[in-house]
Amino acid sequence: MADTAGQSPAVPIEHLGRAAVAGIEEFGYYFLLWLESLYWLLFGWTRKQPVRLAAMAAQMVTIGIAATPIVTILAFTIGVMLAIQGIATLKTFGAEEQVVMGIALSVTREFAALITAIVVAGRSGSALAARIGTMQVSQEIDALRVMSINPVRYLAAPVLAAMMVMVPSLTLIADFAALLGGAVFTNLELGLPYAAYLDRTLSSLVFDDVRQGLVKSLVFATIITVIGVSNGFQVTGGAEGVGRATTRAVVLSISYIVVADMLFTYFLNR
Amino acid sequence: MTRTETQPVIEVSALTAHYGSRKILDSIDFHVEPGEIRIIMGGSGSGKSTLLRHLLGLNRPTGGTVRLLGVDVARASAGQMHELRRNIGVAFQGGALFSSMSVGENIKLPLREHARLDETTMDIMVRLKLEVVNLAGFEHLMPAQLSGGMIKRAAVARAVIMDPKLLFFDEPSAGLDPVVSAELDEMILRLREAMNMSIVVVTHELESAFKIADRITVLDHGSILMTGTVPEVQNCPHPRVQDLLNRRPRRSEVNAEDYLRRLTGG
Ligand SMILES: Nc1ncnc2c1ncn2[C@@H]1O[C@H](COP(=O)(O)OP(=O)(O)O)[C@@H](O)[C@H]1O
Ligand SMILES: [Mg+2]
Repeated sequence: MADTAGQSPAVPIEHLGRAAVAGIEEFGYYFLLWLESLYWLLFGWTRKQPVRLAAMAAQMVTIGIAATPIVTILAFTIGVMLAIQGIATLKTFGAEEQVVMGIALSVTREFAALITAIVVAGRSGSALAARIGTMQVSQEIDALRVMSINPVRYLAAPVLAAMMVMVPSLTLIADFAALLGGAVFTNLELGLPYAAYLDRTLSSLVFDDVRQGLVKSLVFATIITVIGVSNGFQVTGGAEGVGRATTRAVVLSISYIVVADMLFTYFLNR
Repeated sequence: MTRTETQPVIEVSALTAHYGSRKILDSIDFHVEPGEIRIIMGGSGSGKSTLLRHLLGLNRPTGGTVRLLGVDVARASAGQMHELRRNIGVAFQGGALFSSMSVGENIKLPLREHARLDETTMDIMVRLKLEVVNLAGFEHLMPAQLSGGMIKRAAVARAVIMDPKLLFFDEPSAGLDPVVSAELDEMILRLREAMNMSIVVVTHELESAFKIADRITVLDHGSILMTGTVPEVQNCPHPRVQDLLNRRPRRSEVNAEDYLRRLTGG
């Protein structure tokens, strides 16, 4: 089978075919894992196997609270960067005062959600894959199953719930921090008073802009959870396998996030 | 359930299993009676752990059936499986304690998830089981603070917290010194006395097998060579059984043609 294929001329196509099948299989696995986690969150209690609030709260702390400082600092920096670029570009048209609207829209629709998701993927997506992968390697997942404690309910569902709450919350914080960054730089560079900045920001934003960012952040939260958990569950091959799964989880979730972001931006701004 | 007390607690028939296209278990048949201590013995790679995974319903067989306490593991509904798993306990090879929880919380977990009990009652039950495995007073330690033998004993305490009818034990003596390993053997015998369970132990340790077994099933290359009492196994004329007992390297019958084919990769 595998060894005769080594000499066959159809190798590249066969290889591509296998890779495509594996890709679809993996995507299917993500999808089922997501459905099963939702099932336990919504209906676990009807089977007397609820998803524990304590577990969700613990996850919220590690995913959300602990990430707040870094998200705030990075978002503030992004705000400053947007202001620098915006002012430099708009200066050529003599329209640098328009920078406020540019910052307001790109932060709320795009950058706050994106930077938050990337930070959470790096911090929590990798930690998730590592934690579950280690449990897989040390037979703790098997132990859960033989104790009739469903691993998806026990390990994945609380994380999904926590991510769905914390990633949008962090995105809101990032919105404020980035806008503040923009305000500080605009104030220093153009002498625009903070009150005027706030005024113009509010008049150029509609609720839909903020909502766009928040909806995206929910999708990003799902991507990070599902990819982190799946890669953890699928670990084989000891400590090395855990390392591989961790790296893979981060790279994959950031890739999915960027692609999903592009699709969203395209369809929401037509 | 309609089972009677004398029906076998484990009934395996014609169990066949593969990893990929490689056959690992070949038409396994065996029965374990209530109250029995059964050893599954065999060299490394003979398929003991794989057999255990199938007994626990963790892997799907390619053929044959496994019945535990009268329930067909492959056909059981989620509800039946849930009920069944409350009646079995497993002590995994490395203990598989949850590293983020204290020993006490580890042992308490099945109670928390499956029983409606108040915290004090659960604490008392945990302490009772810790007494049984000689770990009294260690409930506040984390798994990383325990020695190898203590981890295995804590894993047993967790496995028996729901008072199972059937206890599985993977490689109790692996990685332990002879004294600690002997203590674990004593503990297994004591558990059967105290709780009247059926116990299945997977091991490659002859000494411990002979000490605790009612009957021994000898596994080799995925097939059962024999099942019998300790003297029956010791007197078994089968050359592979004698190789195992005398720790002789396996005599590989070299087939020149196969050998050449393997070398040339054909
Ligand atoms: N996850 C796995 N994937 C593929 N092959 C495996 C896997 N686990 C075990 N095997 C193979 O199955 C055979 C039996 O292994 P195992 O049941 O672990 O034996 P034992 O526990 O008796 O040492 C070995 O040849 C091993 O290489
Ligand atoms: Mg083994």
